[in-house]
Amino acid sequence: MTTKQWLLSGTVAFTCLVSTTAGAGPIENYSPVTSARLENPEPGNWMLYRRTYDGQGYSPLDQINTTNVKSMTPVWTFSTGVVEGHEAPPIVNNGVMFVATPMGQVIAINARTGDEYWRYKRQLPDDLFQLHPTSRGVGLWQDKLYLATTDDHVVALDAKTGKVLWDTKVQDYKKGQYLTLMPLVVDGKVIVGGSGGEFGVRGYVVAFDANDGKELWRTFTIPGEGEPGHDTWSGDDWKTGGGSAWMTGNYDTDTKTIYWGVGNAAPWPGSTHPGDNLYTSSVLGLDPNTGKIKAYHQYHQNDSWDWDEVEAPILIDLQRDGRSFKSLIHPGRDAIFWVLERQADKINYVAGWPFVQTDVWKGIEAETGKPIVDPAHKPVMGTRIEFCPSLWGGKDWPSAAYSPKTRFVYVPANDNFCGGFTGEKVPLVPGQLWLGTKPEDIGLKVKPGADHYGELQAWDPATGKKVWQQNYPKSQLFGSVTATAGDLVLVGGTNDRMFRAYHAKTGELLWEQKTNSGIMGMPVAYEVDGTEYIAVQSGWGVDAQRIQDALATTNNIGVENNVPQGGVVWVFAVKK
Amino acid sequence: MSSSSDQTRRTVILAVLATAAGAAASPSARADEDQPGSDERPQKADVLVFAEGERTGEVIKPEDLKLGGPPVRAWPKDPKTSVVRKGSRLNEVLVIRLDPAELDDETRARFADGIVAYSDTCTHAGCPITGWVKGATGDKNVFKCFCHNSEFDPRQSAQVVFGPAPRRLAALPLTTADGYFTVAATFVGKVGVQQPG
Repeated sequence: MTTKQWLLSGTVAFTCLVSTTAGAGPIENYSPVTSARLENPEPGNWMLYRRTYDGQGYSPLDQINTTNVKSMTPVWTFSTGVVEGHEAPPIVNNGVMFVATPMGQVIAINARTGDEYWRYKRQLPDDLFQLHPTSRGVGLWQDKLYLATTDDHVVALDAKTGKVLWDTKVQDYKKGQYLTLMPLVVDGKVIVGGSGGEFGVRGYVVAFDANDGKELWRTFTIPGEGEPGHDTWSGDDWKTGGGSAWMTGNYDTDTKTIYWGVGNAAPWPGSTHPGDNLYTSSVLGLDPNTGKIKAYHQYHQNDSWDWDEVEAPILIDLQRDGRSFKSLIHPGRDAIFWVLERQADKINYVAGWPFVQTDVWKGIEAETGKPIVDPAHKPVMGTRIEFCPSLWGGKDWPSAAYSPKTRFVYVPANDNFCGGFTGEKVPLVPGQLWLGTKPEDIGLKVKPGADHYGELQAWDPATGKKVWQQNYPKSQLFGSVTATAGDLVLVGGTNDRMFRAYHAKTGELLWEQKTNSGIMGMPVAYEVDGTEYIAVQSGWGVDAQRIQDALATTNNIGVENNVPQGGVVWVFAVKK
Repeated sequence: MSSSSDQTRRTVILAVLATAAGAAASPSARADEDQPGSDERPQKADVLVFAEGERTGEVIKPEDLKLGGPPVRAWPKDPKTSVVRKGSRLNEVLVIRLDPAELDDETRARFADGIVAYSDTCTHAGCPITGWVKGATGDKNVFKCFCHNSEFDPRQSAQVVFGPAPRRLAALPLTTADGYFTVAATFVGKVGVQQPG
């Protein structure tokens, strides 16, 4: 090792140091997390990204319901002290809440009282370039928890004390590699996917041993030479083709298959990477023990619109067209509501339809499920091309929810604004943005006469019919949705700082509360000592802010652009 | 500064200029990063060289900067050792020539003949400033970070005029001599992001 290398090594080690501060902790009587508990979680806990492995975002709690939600009131709040987009669900395990924030912090809180047990602060490198400065949560296993960081490490903490147990570097943040997702824990494996598609990386999903952080397997989302699907790429495009896997996957416990969403191709204009470009804008079915790709479905080929499909599809047992089957449901960024069938080693196209207005697709091939593109709305080099919906798509990463009671899917959608850009050849510089266009050339256009932008939609996936819709006149909707057995649909996501509860069957607005900032975070429901609580982080930023800035400067449509930043955990209950 | 030191400094600058064209074509980024001092912050008497484009590595002269912008991306270079300080992205700066009459007193006092330099690292999330566009408020062009839409006015010490950035960009004071400009002092203000408490 040269002196220079030794110095660099020391620098890396230093930047990985962390600080923890003692609060009301340590936590006593912590409940170890097991496979059995994750596969069949107690109704009062929220231990996975969407509470259950199937990704439904549904709580079986019904103490707070359509009849009493009007009496729901804040019972405690907790300022995180951090700005930017607070996107993580508060994770709750038998009365202990873990909150992940932007800038690599985790706070352990008494879920009943709001008292802090401990706080972990990652010391991020000074030269870190955070395109998405956020975290979407912590995964749990036994008495540990796991954080994926924006400087591209996975860190294991002692759940009771916050002490660092292991810290594994995944890739090099200086080359545009980073992590924002909540790790998925399956049978003692901590599984994450990489971000960085806008930096010209090659996407991947990787598993680490939960006990010691040792890498167990890594599967690239873009097939290399000799691997199936490699022929869908030209030349060396596959080496830098994007395909980020930056959202948490879902898991079919019966077939032992994890389903992972894969992002857009890079750079954006499709002519810069000819071919279908597997497995960008796809869902992968992976063996959690080996990482082997068991099945896949590509939603759209040769992505040219920045339409990554990173949210994993929801696993639903569906009855449709006179038969029952195990489905994958995915309201896509590409504006299509996808219904797929999952089998142990295959994914079949069943149906698809636009859930917001789009001019990109002329239809869908019935046999293959391939959408048919209108070339007039596919970006090319040297000419500005407009397309609908915008590059944020019909629905971005914020999660939809499914209620097995109503059998409806609740979708946070955006409509009535389109996007566009001019393709431009840009040399790849590691660690710098590589979009295939100038950032200043990206724009939004609103449709003349549009009376709203954000939409909360309720769909019946069995019939393909929309059941109800709420419109937001002066805001996008950019927040995840949660459903409960109390027939409530909970969502923030608008720039008026509101947190709202709707009737799951009718869409009637039942309750709303203005919060400190805008809500991008995922609402959760949990129970402690017989009381049901609803929790959510309010903290505006990242893409919700980007959309708002764009809307606010577009055609004077009256969108306010004054949402304050700063994170607060809000916890609500019904007055007794 | 004494006349002898002036002469020494001028000699060094001229030597750097004389070798700039050749230096621009040959060294790779990796070679520079491996050189001692390449990741050290800009030092007094450093020159600034083009960070990109056909003239990468050449020393930037006042006449290379068009009045009113756009800014030029630059690395500091030690004129004695010829080390370009591009071992850390925190060393990259934006250098721009503005009408001195438009500069506020603080900016005018700190910079040379309307030529000002600032860190290109946004104080919000560490993204690079890449835009010189009309601001979200007002009619003048401003520095813009397209990651999260923060905007900075280089005429007012790069203070934040729009977006989530919490504070101004770090400034790199310049001075002029013999028709060239050099770094007059180390960065004023913290470069990059301040972590939350």
